[in-house]
Amino acid sequence: MNQWNNFTKGLLKENPTFVLVLGMCPTLGVTSSAINGLGMGLATTFVLAMSNLFVSMVKDVIPDKVRIPSYIVIIAAFVTVVELCMQAYTPGLFNSLGLFIPLIVVNCIVLGRAEAFASKNGIISSTIDGLSMGLGFSLSLTVLGSIREFLGSGRIFGISVYPEDYGMLLFVLAPGAFLVLGFLMAIVNKINKV
Amino acid sequence: MEYILIIISAVFVNNIVLTQFLGICPLLGVSKRISTALGMAGAVMFVMVLSTIVTYLVQVYILVPFNIGYLQTISFILVIAALVQLVEIILKKVSPTLYQALGVFLPLITTNCTILGVAILTIQREFNLMEGVVFALSNSIGFGLALFLFAGIREHLDLMDVPKGLRGNPIALIVAGILAMAFMGFSGMV
Repeated sequence: MNQWNNFTKGLLKENPTFVLVLGMCPTLGVTSSAINGLGMGLATTFVLAMSNLFVSMVKDVIPDKVRIPSYIVIIAAFVTVVELCMQAYTPGLFNSLGLFIPLIVVNCIVLGRAEAFASKNGIISSTIDGLSMGLGFSLSLTVLGSIREFLGSGRIFGISVYPEDYGMLLFVLAPGAFLVLGFLMAIVNKINKV
Repeated sequence: MEYILIIISAVFVNNIVLTQFLGICPLLGVSKRISTALGMAGAVMFVMVLSTIVTYLVQVYILVPFNIGYLQTISFILVIAALVQLVEIILKKVSPTLYQALGVFLPLITTNCTILGVAILTIQREFNLMEGVVFALSNSIGFGLALFLFAGIREHLDLMDVPKGLRGNPIALIVAGILAMAFMGFSGMV
C-alpha cells in the first residue's frame, strides 16, 4: 500500500510540472506536438528511474562533499545511453527533440529526485519514485503537447480533427507554450485547493 | 559582419529564453527583483563565456582526436560543474553581498540548461573559437535582457490585483508568453 502511494504521488499530488514546477525547459520546448511530448517524457522516465536506482545503490559509498558531481555523472551516463538508443532506433524523434535530449542531464527533476529522494531511501522505493515522477512528467508533457497541437494545427497525435487552416499557429510557436502552461497550472491550482 | 549577425540573431531574433526555451527555471526563480536578476545575469555571462571556451578546447583537443565524441555530454557537464564551483568561491571572496543575494541559485547554474545548451550549440553549428565566444556572450546578453525585462514587469505585477488561481507561477508564465509574442516581432530580421 505504501509503495502504491509512493507510485501515485507523482501523477497528480506532487506532479513535477504543475505542482513542483521543475524541468520547465523541456516542458515548454518540445511540446509543440503530443508525440514529441510523450517521447521526451518517456526518455526522461528512463533516465529518472535508472539514475534513482543507481544513486540509491551507491549512496553509502559516496562521500557527502562530492555527492552532487557524482550524481551528475551517473545521470549523464544514462542520458548518453538514451541519446545513442534514440539516434539508432527513432531517428525522426531524435531529430525533432534535438538539443533537448542531451539537456535531460540538466533537467532539475532528475537531480532533484536523486538528491531529495534516492539519496535517503532504499533501492525499491527509489526506483518506484523515479518511475512515478517520470510518468507524471510524461503525462503533463503529453497533455500540454495535445492541447498545443489541437489548437495550433487541428490535430492530436497527428490525427486530423479539424482542417489545419483554422488552427491558431501561435500555439505551436513559442508564446503558445507559455500561455497554455500558465492556464493549465492555474486550473491545477484550482483543483488542488478544492 | 558575421559577428554582428551572430549578436543580433542571439540577442533578439532567437532569444535563448523566449524563443529557444532554455533557462526557464532561473527566469521563474530569480526574477522577483531587478537587482537579483542582474546579478544572476552577470554570473551566467561569466560562466557561459568561460565554459564555452573550455568545452570548445575539450572537444577539439580531447574528444575529437581520441574519437570519443559520445562522451561529450558527460565531459561538458563536468567542466561546467567545476567552473561553477570556481565562480562560487571567487564571488564569496570578492563580493559577499552579491553572494548573499544569489544564495541557492549559484550552484543551480550547473543545472541551468543555457550553459550546457550554448556549449553544445557552439559545437553543433561548427563555430570557431572566436565565433563561439561571441555566440556565448550574445546569448548571455539575451538571457540577461529577458530576465531584466521580466523582472521589471514582475515588480509591477506585485501591485496588481491578480485572480487567486493565477497568482504566482501561472501569471508569470502568461507574462512570459506575452513577452515572447513581443520578441516574435524580431523574427525574419536575420
